[in-house]
Amino acid sequence: MSALQEIVDVTPVEATPKKYIALGGYASVAVLVLLIAAPLFAKNFIIFQMTMWLIYAIAVLALNILTGGSGQFSLGQSAFYAVGAYTSAILMEHFNVNYALTLPIAGVICFAFGYVFGQPALRLSGVYLALATFALATAMPQLLKLGYFEHWTGGVQGLVVTKPDAPFGLPMSQDMWLYYFTLVISIMIYVFSVNLLKSRSGRAMMAIRDNEIAASAMGVDVALYKTLAFGISAGITGVAGGLGAIAVQFVAPDSYTIQLAIALFLGMVVGGVGWLPGSLAGSAFIVFVPNIAESVSKGLSGAVFGAILIVIIFVLPHGARQIAYLSQHWINKLIHK
Amino acid sequence: MPALRSHALAVTAALAVSLAAASGAFAQKKYDTGATDTEIKIGNIMPYSGPASAYGVIGKTEEAYFKKINAAGGINGRKINFISYDDAYSPPKTVEQARKLVESDEVLLVFNSLGTPPNSAIHKYMNTKKVPQLFVATGATKWNDPKNFPWTMGWQPNYQSETQIYAKYILKNHPNSKIAVLYQNDDYGKDYLKGLKDGLGAKAASMIVLEESYETSEPTVDSHIVKLKSTGADIFVNITTPKFAAQAIKKNAEIDWKPLHFLNNVSSSIGSVMKPAGFENGQGVISASYLKDVADTQWDNDPGMKEFLAFLQKDFPEGNKLDSFIVTGYGVAQTLVQVLKQCGDNLTRENVMKQAASLKDFRTEMLLPGIKINTSDSDFAPISQLQLMKFQGEKWELFGDVISADVGG
Repeated sequence: MSALQEIVDVTPVEATPKKYIALGGYASVAVLVLLIAAPLFAKNFIIFQMTMWLIYAIAVLALNILTGGSGQFSLGQSAFYAVGAYTSAILMEHFNVNYALTLPIAGVICFAFGYVFGQPALRLSGVYLALATFALATAMPQLLKLGYFEHWTGGVQGLVVTKPDAPFGLPMSQDMWLYYFTLVISIMIYVFSVNLLKSRSGRAMMAIRDNEIAASAMGVDVALYKTLAFGISAGITGVAGGLGAIAVQFVAPDSYTIQLAIALFLGMVVGGVGWLPGSLAGSAFIVFVPNIAESVSKGLSGAVFGAILIVIIFVLPHGARQIAYLSQHWINKLIHK
Repeated sequence: MPALRSHALAVTAALAVSLAAASGAFAQKKYDTGATDTEIKIGNIMPYSGPASAYGVIGKTEEAYFKKINAAGGINGRKINFISYDDAYSPPKTVEQARKLVESDEVLLVFNSLGTPPNSAIHKYMNTKKVPQLFVATGATKWNDPKNFPWTMGWQPNYQSETQIYAKYILKNHPNSKIAVLYQNDDYGKDYLKGLKDGLGAKAASMIVLEESYETSEPTVDSHIVKLKSTGADIFVNITTPKFAAQAIKKNAEIDWKPLHFLNNVSSSIGSVMKPAGFENGQGVISASYLKDVADTQWDNDPGMKEFLAFLQKDFPEGNKLDSFIVTGYGVAQTLVQVLKQCGDNLTRENVMKQAASLKDFRTEMLLPGIKINTSDSDFAPISQLQLMKFQGEKWELFGDVISADVGG
């Protein structure tokens, strides 16, 4: 974390300067306008890809709150994502619940799951915590295959989910509707997360991240905030999982392997740890770069992906936030000349 | 941009009009998206990376075969443009790739996409879009369901029909035996097990003394074999993938358990199972097959095998000839070429499905003698015949007749 501090060492004034974690006003508006306008000019397939991009961005953001905010590692995000996805799918297909309503339920269930898992995880830190969550991620696909749950989960065959139509007879395709629906939820989660990290709780989490002993000496309930961070992160990941199930129209144990957890982790690092808008960039990396790698070489797509990753880590060790800061720096220079 | 879209619309409309006029003129030539006078676009999705990347060679074989066909002039004068994408065996990625193929690359059909979970993920999408999902590379039983999914068709014999054949054999020759089963704990293993139970019918409960499952993540199945032996069963049904199958055969010999051993076709490869397990340990193992095994010396002078080896040498030299997936890819590509030939100049998606559903006694020469591909409106299971074989010496001896077992989805 200290490396991150170096780059942003521009004489902090506020207790938690907002720019550490979020975009400035103009930049936010610009990004928002782009996100709203883009699908109007795209094919349905591109809109679907953009929807997946937003969904993974939510999941990366959730991990960012946990790692960037409270300094805990998790390689188990795919498990929370899976629980969210299955919650939505089962509610929609077995209980005919409206898709929009399944999302808060998925969020609450995953929050509880994350909070409970956070209890024992408290005793572990650093790499040991990463290993414990890793275990969770590898166990999840097998748990989903268990015969006991098969009636609900569809076992290895998975569950097919019906895609929702646009409501009120709006003249837009299913894909476009789902994109805007996802966009609204993403914005809600983003605003919530920025405010959370700026709040007293957020400051407590960051204090724990920077120095646990100092934080507890200041009166921060370390146990509470660590589990809370786990719960919130899991809850948000669950919502992303639910959205993912609706967009892909299918859930199966093989969709939520450790690969997904590692992809989310990658996305967070590429986007910039602790910088929430970076989630969008990180998610773009995990959604689009594999396709680029594949177009370079089919047999060696993994190697190409690895090479691209190494180049990025070398050139931009702080991820997308580095580009953002640099460009801001140049713009300011131009304006003040 | 909207201006451009309406422009595109106008062009499409104009095209449609001229196409209509053209079809009036020659009545014969009819095209859907993805087919033209010079080209047929075929989409494919394979796990070139990820946990199932061993199957990726099937896609590479198909690519090499279509290249060969194109070099020889294509199909009815049209070249095949084979677009194959990687999904890493991850269903969400499969959906993305399938949509890319259908909506962006605009292929005529998606061919031989691999794996049960990935194909399940796009099953509904392909059928809603009415794009053929042809000859999927999985043995699950559900692909043979023309009533509900008229745009999806399998190719290989499905898992259930294979164990049904074993069940028939057991009931006929060993009606009073005790059966122990080892199966992989996933869709493939469970499908096989279901076929066995269905085949045994009412006697299943009394005959099967133990159903033992293992996970692919386990390093070895040795402990399961010991447990199975302790039941005293005299028939062992081995539903495992190649690595585990070789372990099981070896362990059987080690602990001196000599039941009548049924080995599923998935693992009947001589090169990757019987040889590593040790030929002396595999004597008398029974399996069923539909394809010729390259490592089997009895096909050395077989014309079909010679043709295949020539293809391998000339068009796909990087392929390992002992890899049985190459034979599969070769056979399924030949089947598609046959379907497209039958389509003639009517390359609509509807006609592709119609022709795929009217294969009559078609043979690719890598099929075992006597096995034929037959489909109809109500039968979307192209290969549904198998032949029993027994391992003797260093090769499989075929015995009995070709047996059919059709199971609907």
